[in-house]
Amino acid sequence: MIEIFSATNKLRFIALAIALVALISLPFWVSGIYYINVGSQILFFAVFALGLNILVGYAGLVSLGHAGLFGISAYATAYMLQQGFGHTTAVAVALVIGLASMALFAVLSLRSSGIGFIMITLALGQILWGLAYRWISVTDGDNGIPVRGRPAPFGYSLTDPVNFYYASLIIFIVAVAMVFIFVRSPFGAALMGTRDQPRRMNALGYHVWMIRFYACLFSGLLTAVSGILFVYYTNFISPQTLALTSSAEVLLMVISGGPGTLLGPIVGATLVVVIKTVVSGFIERWNFLLGAIFVAIVILVPEGIVPGSIRLWRLIVRKRAAAPPAPAATTERTP
Amino acid sequence: MSALTISGLNKSFGGLHVTRGVDLDVQPGERRLIIGPNGAGKTTLFNLITGELTPDTGSVSLFGQDITKTPSRDRPHLGMARTYQIITLFGKDTIIHNVRLALLGLSPMRWNPWTNLRRDDRFTEAGHKALARVGLSHIADRPLSQTSYGERRRVEIAMALAQEPKVLLLDEPFAGLSIDERRDVHKCLMAIPRDVTIVMIEHNMDVALEFAERITLLHFGEVIVEGNRAEVVNDPRTREVYLGH
Repeated sequence: MIEIFSATNKLRFIALAIALVALISLPFWVSGIYYINVGSQILFFAVFALGLNILVGYAGLVSLGHAGLFGISAYATAYMLQQGFGHTTAVAVALVIGLASMALFAVLSLRSSGIGFIMITLALGQILWGLAYRWISVTDGDNGIPVRGRPAPFGYSLTDPVNFYYASLIIFIVAVAMVFIFVRSPFGAALMGTRDQPRRMNALGYHVWMIRFYACLFSGLLTAVSGILFVYYTNFISPQTLALTSSAEVLLMVISGGPGTLLGPIVGATLVVVIKTVVSGFIERWNFLLGAIFVAIVILVPEGIVPGSIRLWRLIVRKRAAAPPAPAATTERTP
Repeated sequence: MSALTISGLNKSFGGLHVTRGVDLDVQPGERRLIIGPNGAGKTTLFNLITGELTPDTGSVSLFGQDITKTPSRDRPHLGMARTYQIITLFGKDTIIHNVRLALLGLSPMRWNPWTNLRRDDRFTEAGHKALARVGLSHIADRPLSQTSYGERRRVEIAMALAQEPKVLLLDEPFAGLSIDERRDVHKCLMAIPRDVTIVMIEHNMDVALEFAERITLLHFGEVIVEGNRAEVVNDPRTREVYLGH
């Protein structure tokens, strides 16, 4: 038993090392700035999806207003820069505003869970979109706010796409590590408990509301960080980013990849970004293709690409293992 | 001082008066049985005691401390634990993880977002100890989905015991069990030391009567009869509302 455990651990370690090397060396083996930029987009959208997954996957709370939170941090950054503040101040203010908005979202929407939570977050997200669209004195409405230049932390100018990619990569790795540690922690276990049996958790002495509230803040932090990366990447923010379709898109990243898994949101973000940016260059009706892929996911791996692939892989391995001898031993394992 | 005192408890759902002026006084170490026909308000009474429902009037005290206004989530911290009639466990996890969650609920560690819970030997050891009390420590690492109904009942009890309660509320711990499983659960309950006060709802009279010292009969939300085993069983009102079918 212990040997098998360490063997899978070793495999995991090797896979992790390969992934890290691939990500770090990416600027050297992909051809051209364009694909490096696609890489950056995948990374910060993955951070966004990881943030939403804290709620959708681990807290069992589906939010349809996260694009609003993503956008408000981006707007705060752009607005502060437009007002002549430095990058540090702009980023700090954007983080505070992003977290404060998330706290307000949480206080209002945690009055319910399930469909109620979805509808309240949807409404709040739409309010932020409406503000971006109509509060013209601050946001310049449909025109959006342009951002001039990217910061240069420690002398590395992020204007260079490769440097920006590495900055995104560092933040991405920190985010993944945070979620990885969080999920195994006592608080993470408590959060998943409130997802599965909130009433029982209350009876065991847990403060269910407060646990969910803190989870919202963690989700909001990752969302704000990705929103700031986004605005520096595009150098522009407009109400479009806060629209309901953006909220739905990031939710699809989480659901297609596999909610409640560490890799799922990353795979989902990769899928959506690649189709949106790369494949859309070859296929005009890329939306159709994305829709078709989602339908295929729902039919073949309804639990998401990552857990679904693991299930299919095990099925194949077991069939192979069971094929030579009599298949009598397999009956016991079926749930 | 009484372990659990309830006085003048009332609860209505709209026009339905479910709990009518219930008084209850349970001494430390006592084994109290609450019986009554379906719809008598037994589980509602438990929900009022644990605070999952708020009484319209009346008060609940735990060892002399008035806890009527204490939120239900704080009551386990004061030494009150319960099990559910309908098994309420974490079905995706292992048995030991279920018990670990029960232990974690009373520990300040539950707010800790950076250590590895599974590697924390304190919780694993205490969890095994609690499971040993119900005879399940040998299958602690088994996923809950691969356990029998009787084993799940015992996991429920292990989770309550893990919290080392002073007052333990058992809501039909024998419900749905086979004769063998009933014997196992009975053994677990008999082994609980006397520093734990137990209040139990049960329909299964033969096992329950053997276990309890004092019995309270509820009928339409009211206490009809209360007394020791012989008194209640021989009372004509008991025969009328409960045993006389």
